[in-house]
Amino acid sequence: MTREVMLSRQGWADALIELGEKDPSVVVLDADLAKSTLTCQFGDKFPERFFDMGIAEQNMVNVAGGLSLTGLTPFVATYGVFVSGRAWEQIRTSICYGELNVKFGGAHGGISVGPDGATHQALEEISIMRVLPKMTVLVPADYYETRKAVLAAASMKGPVYIRFGREKTPVVTSKDAPFEIGKANIMREGSDITIVACGSMVAEALDAADVLAEENISAEVINLHTIKPIDSETILTSVRKTGAIVTAEEHQMAGGMGSAVFEVLMESCPVPGARVGIDDTFGESGKPRELMEKYGITAKEIIERAREVVQRKNS
Amino acid sequence: MKYPLTLTPEQRVRKAIRMRRDIVEMTNAAGSGHPGGSLSAVEMLVTLYNEYIKHDPENPTWIERDYMIFCKCHITPAIYSILARVGYFDPATLLTFRKLGSDLQGHPCRFHPIGMEMSGGSLGQNLSIATGVALGLKTQGKPNKVWALSSEGDLQEGQSWEAIMSAAHFGLDNLTLLVDYNKLQIDGHCEDIMGVHPLDEKFKAFNWHTLVVEDGHDFEQIRAALDEAATLKGRPKVIIAHTIKGKGISYMENVAGWHGKAPDHEHLGLAITELDALENSLTPAQND
Repeated sequence: MTREVMLSRQGWADALIELGEKDPSVVVLDADLAKSTLTCQFGDKFPERFFDMGIAEQNMVNVAGGLSLTGLTPFVATYGVFVSGRAWEQIRTSICYGELNVKFGGAHGGISVGPDGATHQALEEISIMRVLPKMTVLVPADYYETRKAVLAAASMKGPVYIRFGREKTPVVTSKDAPFEIGKANIMREGSDITIVACGSMVAEALDAADVLAEENISAEVINLHTIKPIDSETILTSVRKTGAIVTAEEHQMAGGMGSAVFEVLMESCPVPGARVGIDDTFGESGKPRELMEKYGITAKEIIERAREVVQRKNS
Repeated sequence: MKYPLTLTPEQRVRKAIRMRRDIVEMTNAAGSGHPGGSLSAVEMLVTLYNEYIKHDPENPTWIERDYMIFCKCHITPAIYSILARVGYFDPATLLTFRKLGSDLQGHPCRFHPIGMEMSGGSLGQNLSIATGVALGLKTQGKPNKVWALSSEGDLQEGQSWEAIMSAAHFGLDNLTLLVDYNKLQIDGHCEDIMGVHPLDEKFKAFNWHTLVVEDGHDFEQIRAALDEAATLKGRPKVIIAHTIKGKGISYMENVAGWHGKAPDHEHLGLAITELDALENSLTPAQND
């Protein structure tokens, strides 16, 4: 199915400007990647509330923490690898333990970053952010959802990590679709298997469901845009109905969204299941689509795993 | 009671003795903690909290207050002592230090009602917090000042220098950093472990107003530096104070082993005897 494609990071940038216009406490920090994360657009409009902190992510994170102590609402942006990884302990000990009101935009998440290669392809943020107490972790699916995620993050107190990719992503939601932190959206109803996806994989999951339908496998597709706090209720209700599950994420399988979902299922409703994601390896340079295919995170793998899981369920 | 106020020279000495008693008694009662670097900061904290920082222990979130951010947060015996003694909480609480359920965590937590602006304990992080507070206040046109206390150990962390670079870049002259330069760390002498000398030249190269206090236990020298710093504009200010780790307890002075070790009952007795002798040597006229 052909869908309109848009930049999720433009959703991030548009929401920041919207916030900046209505809330003078909103400030934005970047680490010399403002043209990539598109925070430069906020900077052009509100130069007195935009701080380029240079290539020093650890300092940027804690300066944001200090800004929040004076009543400001800082949004911090850089590539996901650098903010979640290099500044992890700053986020842990200063921001989360201190419950500081700092929001993180982790840009260039996933292997679809492409030719920059493994160093710049963030594949671990969901794992290492969701383990932190007090942290909220959002992985919106497209432009509209990223925009809503930013607005929702601003309306709550406490740290929030928002992950989005570099490439234009198929639009799977709409301007008026509901978005509530902690409330997963059912994108398509089905009865034979549940497919839980986040970020760019929601479009792949919907494509997979189309193909599976032709094989008389009715797939329910859940867009799990909030990894933490996880919407156990929606997941369990669906899986109790379908009795089978596949998860799909553009992220390491270890500790990622799929792990989070299976943690819920293991304790309450263990069913046949499988995960689609990066299998304990680093990426490499290449075109985004080539990489998605080589590393096995497309609709094709979702379809294959769904067939296997349904077979197991029925055997 | 609102601060700052003015102390007599005798009051300053007595308050320092009071803090040193707290530090050895708290670490003894806890059976752990960091007396060495607490003792080296005593004169600076007595001076700051009584005579320089604008604050009100009865109203910790007073809108006009200055912000004090600790970068060396392991010196909780000194931090909690000064906060209790200026009125943030009952000094009787000090002996719950490091115990289950206490507000007085091993390293400070900002959610406990003890007058802490910020949690801390992982070195290198809080000078960035102080920088952020100063930037936030300046951005909003607020006149409140920011104070921070660091150490040469805290300055071994690379992030501290990111903060130092950025505070200068933003011209944060509302920020005054004091460095408790006692030259010892857990594993030994700073210059043997990872030298930071010359600290003053480093700060100057990073474009800070740089002042040096030769004796960080001399109230007059500390006050002279703070008074001079108040006149400096345009850039952040650092006061590098040469201090003695374990200052005031003879067997702890300049011994790295007392960085993170609590005095046992015998050592506590020796310390109290020394502090009693010092206090008794003050003439009755010096009583406040």
